[in-house]
Amino acid sequence: MSEKPKNNRVAPPSFLRRYGSQLGIIGVGLVMWLGFVIAAPTVFMNTFIYVAFAQTTPQFGIIALALTFVVITGEIDLSFPSIMALGTAIFCLAVTHGVPWPIALLLGLATGAACGWINGFLVSWLNIPSLVITIGTSFLFRGIELVIMNGTGVPLTAEMYPGLHALLRESYFGIPVQTIWMIVLLGATWLLLNRTRFGAHVFLVGDNPTSARLMGINAVSVKTRAFMLTGVVGVFAGLMTSIYGYYFWPTTGDGFLLNTIASVFLGGTSVFGGTGSVIGSFVASYIIGAINAGIVSAGINAFYTQLCFGLVIVISVVLQTIIDRKIRRQSITGR
Amino acid sequence: MAEASPRPGATPVIELRNVSKTFGEVRSLSDINFAVYPGEIVGLLGDNGAGKSTLVKTVMGFHKPDPGGDVFFKGQKIDDWSVARARGLGIETVYQERALCEKQPIWRNMFMGREPRTKWGLLDVKKMREESARLMSEHMGFTSAAVHPDNVVTTMSGGEKQGVAITRALYFDAQLVILDEPTMGLSLTETKKTLDFVSNIKKAGKSAIFIDHNIFHVYPVVDRLYVLDRGKVAGVYDKSQISMEELIDRLYRVARTGTLE
Repeated sequence: MSEKPKNNRVAPPSFLRRYGSQLGIIGVGLVMWLGFVIAAPTVFMNTFIYVAFAQTTPQFGIIALALTFVVITGEIDLSFPSIMALGTAIFCLAVTHGVPWPIALLLGLATGAACGWINGFLVSWLNIPSLVITIGTSFLFRGIELVIMNGTGVPLTAEMYPGLHALLRESYFGIPVQTIWMIVLLGATWLLLNRTRFGAHVFLVGDNPTSARLMGINAVSVKTRAFMLTGVVGVFAGLMTSIYGYYFWPTTGDGFLLNTIASVFLGGTSVFGGTGSVIGSFVASYIIGAINAGIVSAGINAFYTQLCFGLVIVISVVLQTIIDRKIRRQSITGR
Repeated sequence: MAEASPRPGATPVIELRNVSKTFGEVRSLSDINFAVYPGEIVGLLGDNGAGKSTLVKTVMGFHKPDPGGDVFFKGQKIDDWSVARARGLGIETVYQERALCEKQPIWRNMFMGREPRTKWGLLDVKKMREESARLMSEHMGFTSAAVHPDNVVTTMSGGEKQGVAITRALYFDAQLVILDEPTMGLSLTETKKTLDFVSNIKKAGKSAIFIDHNIFHVYPVVDRLYVLDRGKVAGVYDKSQISMEELIDRLYRVARTGTLE
């Protein structure tokens, strides 16, 4: 650019303005990590802690990547913990009936897609608020899973499924495969969101659905595909979680809801739709994972976990909002 | 009278035959016959609630006509009319509500629904950015520094927003451009720019439908005029048949009595 215009309104957006919230979340992560290192240097200078949270964080983190799409379209999915369980249950039923595990895996993922399609259809085609209907489908999917499994679990040991364990539990080059998956899925979801028409339409539909429809974008299809993505990735996470524990529990997915949703919002994706980033969700997942692993490993009473979660989430969301408004030169209260 | 002036041999770019549109118990359009010929500018006049916007959205495929009404594109009856189809065939609209996504940068808005892709099927973001910058400076007279393609639309003035909407309609080499109250809320210079744009459409040999409340804007640029009243076509005029004073007279009459005569 040869010369800067005098009027500041017409200048190209600054780096800070474009990436402010993403930089903010990375900053929060670094500060928190330094805090842990100072508080418990013996634990946090040791690689063991990092391996531990590199194994557990992706179990909900990969769902956060997919859920980011749903949130950018202006919707929410509260049913993914149940989809995790139902898809994994279908997988377990298939393998216990002699189906080879790769085919069973596809059946499980297809179940996730089907559940996501049901959510998406109800939300976008029938225009039912997602907050309401996914509470309903959450009970529905969980209910189906409990009935077909009769409330019992299924062992998934390494001796029985070596291939699946290689895929979802081993480490390669010292990096737990869960985190390798998380990085691969970050790349894939980043491309999907930022370099495909589907991703472009996710932003447009979330920003202004009427405008998007007037310009010929099929909002129903876009939202439905976002829900299907969350369903499929949810089942993958369900399997990852179950393989990690060597056992499929019918309660799989319990305790995942708030971690995952917190990751998406902590990552700077707006609850109002239209803006968001998978990189933010990625970093935020590890922040939330680090709190979990960090507190336990540092020998702090686990009762402090929730307190710490609460503080980090509330403080960083407040800071993000204030910084965002400062950059946009609005008042702090946004009014 | 009130029949579309016959143009021997010419096939309309777009034609609606017996089109009605009902929303619940409200009949917004009833038995509309409407045609736009190549290279002509058609004005659409009518009071608030006359059905102008509904007619435009039906032409665009956003609304589906009630059974019995048909849409023809260049003489071909089209059954699966949709916005994507209409835009694919070269019909673009500048909507009254502008149809922008305001939290998104200009380049996303410019190519909304028609995003270019690279040979690998991925979004061609580089092209979208560059083309947006070029279009904004060439067509709307913004200097390249003035409107950066990465600026979000929220930060722009009304005229600049309208500039994005108009440039978008122009970019895709449309056969027919529909402008639904394009001068609403614009300054004097911005209005002039918009009216020049409408005249340029005709010079380029393309067609346009021009809707505006202000007859002083519509009358000078159009070839033919449709007057809508309560969802019906109340009259069709060649500009040569009617002076602006007569037209204003008749519009008052139609608003009071529902008939033009």
